[in-house]
Amino acid sequence: MTSTQELQVQKKRELENKQETTIPARMFVPVSDIYEAENELMVVLEMPGVEKSNVAVHVEDGVLNVEGRLDLTKYQGLQPLYTEYNIGHYSRSFRLSSKIDQNQIAAEMKDGTLSLRLPKIEEAKPRTIQIK
Amino acid sequence: MWGANMLMTFADPFDALFNLQRALEGRLASDWLRDQTTSEGPYPPINVFQQGDDILAIIELPGIQKDSLQIQAKENTIRIAGKKSASYPDDVSVHRRERTFGEFDRTLSLPVGLDPDRIKAEYRDGILALHLPRLERDKPRTIRVS
Repeated sequence: MTSTQELQVQKKRELENKQETTIPARMFVPVSDIYEAENELMVVLEMPGVEKSNVAVHVEDGVLNVEGRLDLTKYQGLQPLYTEYNIGHYSRSFRLSSKIDQNQIAAEMKDGTLSLRLPKIEEAKPRTIQIK
Repeated sequence: MWGANMLMTFADPFDALFNLQRALEGRLASDWLRDQTTSEGPYPPINVFQQGDDILAIIELPGIQKDSLQIQAKENTIRIAGKKSASYPDDVSVHRRERTFGEFDRTLSLPVGLDPDRIKAEYRDGILALHLPRLERDKPRTIRVS
């Protein structure tokens, strides 16, 4: 059923930031999937057009922050004829529920999607308790 | 008491207005009250630019397998078809699911004739760029007045 389903366009959500930015560019919220496995948390974010070198990931006080910067110089000198979507930088923060080992976070950027693997620290992993 | 309350709530009238606007836009952006209107184009979204004499179409397609992408050109139309599939392990619990997966097939008609032999497609960082050169005989010509 799902494999034959027609894809629909998702309207980009603009970031409602608490702080003001110093650059006159638009910011969007990247579309994300979050999955939890036994030992790790996986976060996948779609940031089309963002190069690998322009991605920043931070974990601070249990908040995961992802920022992707778009190379807007590529659009210079282009004259728009017809447009359907807006472009801008991406930014999103998540409050993490489980304890994450901040030194072991792995990130992979491929085809405009950022995949993050956030391993849980030992205390946060599920345990089976033996009954004597 | 009433006055104090008024002051609290309406300290910045623009703030209240912007909040209302944001709430309204938020409702539009959500799935609520939505049943695919014609005003919203099919997937994937396309931006078309002019680059000198030629046309450049930039399409956002994050997370696509390059070989699942099919691009066909005929006269002045371009067809982009493909499939976006998810690859997640089965034994995970889902916290959030916002990405969409499925098949897409879209045809784009341009008001100018294209040279199908010189079309270049490039997929990088989740962006598909189609360089669509204009047909030589379709280009504007300057006519000298004798």
